[in-house]
Amino acid sequence: MKTLLSLVVWAVLWELAGRLKISTIVPPFSAVIEAAIEIAPTEKFGKAAIITLRSFGLGMLFALLIGIPLGIVMARVKGVGRLLGMWVNIFVSAPISALVPILMAVIGIGETTVVVTVFLFAVFVITLDTQVGITHADRSLVEMARSFGASRAQLYTKVLVLSALPEILAGVRLGAIRGVKGVVIGQLLVAIIGVGELFEVYSNNFLMEEFWALVTIVFLFAFAISEAIAALERRVEYYAASR
Amino acid sequence: MTEAIVEVRGIGKTYDNGVEALRDVNLSFPKGQLSTLLGPSGCGKTTLLKIIAGLIPRNAGEVLVKGKPVDGPGPERAFVFQDFALLPWADVLRNVAFGLELRGTPRPQREEVARKYIAEVGLKGFEHRHPAQLSGGMRQRVGLARALTVDADIILMDEPFSSVDEQTRRKFQEDLLDLLRHHQKTVIFVTHSIEEAAYLSDQIALLSPRPGTVSRIVKPDVDRKKAPDEIRRDRGYLDTVDEIWGMLRQYV
Repeated sequence: MKTLLSLVVWAVLWELAGRLKISTIVPPFSAVIEAAIEIAPTEKFGKAAIITLRSFGLGMLFALLIGIPLGIVMARVKGVGRLLGMWVNIFVSAPISALVPILMAVIGIGETTVVVTVFLFAVFVITLDTQVGITHADRSLVEMARSFGASRAQLYTKVLVLSALPEILAGVRLGAIRGVKGVVIGQLLVAIIGVGELFEVYSNNFLMEEFWALVTIVFLFAFAISEAIAALERRVEYYAASR
Repeated sequence: MTEAIVEVRGIGKTYDNGVEALRDVNLSFPKGQLSTLLGPSGCGKTTLLKIIAGLIPRNAGEVLVKGKPVDGPGPERAFVFQDFALLPWADVLRNVAFGLELRGTPRPQREEVARKYIAEVGLKGFEHRHPAQLSGGMRQRVGLARALTVDADIILMDEPFSSVDEQTRRKFQEDLLDLLRHHQKTVIFVTHSIEEAAYLSDQIALLSPRPGTVSRIVKPDVDRKKAPDEIRRDRGYLDTVDEIWGMLRQYV
């Protein structure tokens, strides 16, 4: 309810700022919404959205498939944790955007570069949070499982991963938010595909209504993903409350 | 003399940081009886229990269960943890059945067994609650039910009542005695409470600290057929408490 109210207030302020013609780059909010409704069903937008979602989805998939197991290994094998810990920490705070031009030079100007960008934006925070979660997994739960004869595989699937699930999900949520940034930055820099291409077209031709409409859609997408994972997190937190 | 079901011989343990926790510990635990490891904190009693459980490695000596040396956990021993060690994401039913789940018992069978023991520890009706919704005493009953479910002959209990309030503890002690006699279990019990040891035990091993070693073995002369309240006023019980305190006060 509060969130909704806050959104309404901001929409009204934006509308006023647009009507008062404070700046040519700020059209009224209503015009932006109109533009959004106008561009959403077009084939051009549809294609761009599909390419963008595909790059995002693939990049995130690889980030999960590599990030979570890597975090688990780093937590359970001390040598690996020490060897890679510093690098993961550096890359988690490094400006990955700076690497995109190098990726373009190495991989080429295309969808693959964007997928790799999404992967690099998302993977490190997922790895780091998974490692923290597994490291702090309740030691007595591990001992309990061993005392009842748990095999190595059972220890991971029935105790460790579930015990670390709140941290892993937090990592996935942060990773997904970064992944959205990654897909937009990647496409902007590559500049000839997906939503990035549309951004280029709109801003070069000074189509501000369309430009802001696209920004709003991307924001909503990032927000929706983050909220969906957060809802999952709250469910898990409830069960983990007694830790 | 009843035969020993668990024996430890010459157990020594030094931690990685150089602290010697146990030195040359020799003990035997008679079948079907409740033996207590009693001593001040830092005497290595929990360490000894976890070595018997096979949860931590020893530096010297051997552990014999039913005459055979063991080196790790085994199905004939079940552990009850001081901090309960319940899966927070699983309900009571799944927690109690967890030992059987790890052994691959099919779900209907393991849940049937679990329900039986949930009822025995007095938690009927709480099968689908989660640990966070239970009091400390109830959580420990779940821990006990889990240990009973796997049908081990030997139950190892590490200060199971230390995080439970006094009233709950007394009731639980009484229930525990009933349950264990009924199921013919051998129990090895760690505590720092002299009263608890004297009330529950057939045999009390007193451990002296740093490095932990067995200083005396006391066999309380308490008539267990009496009602719980009478036992607490029993001559043998009170004498045992005094005797143990006399020996332990030098370490405190």
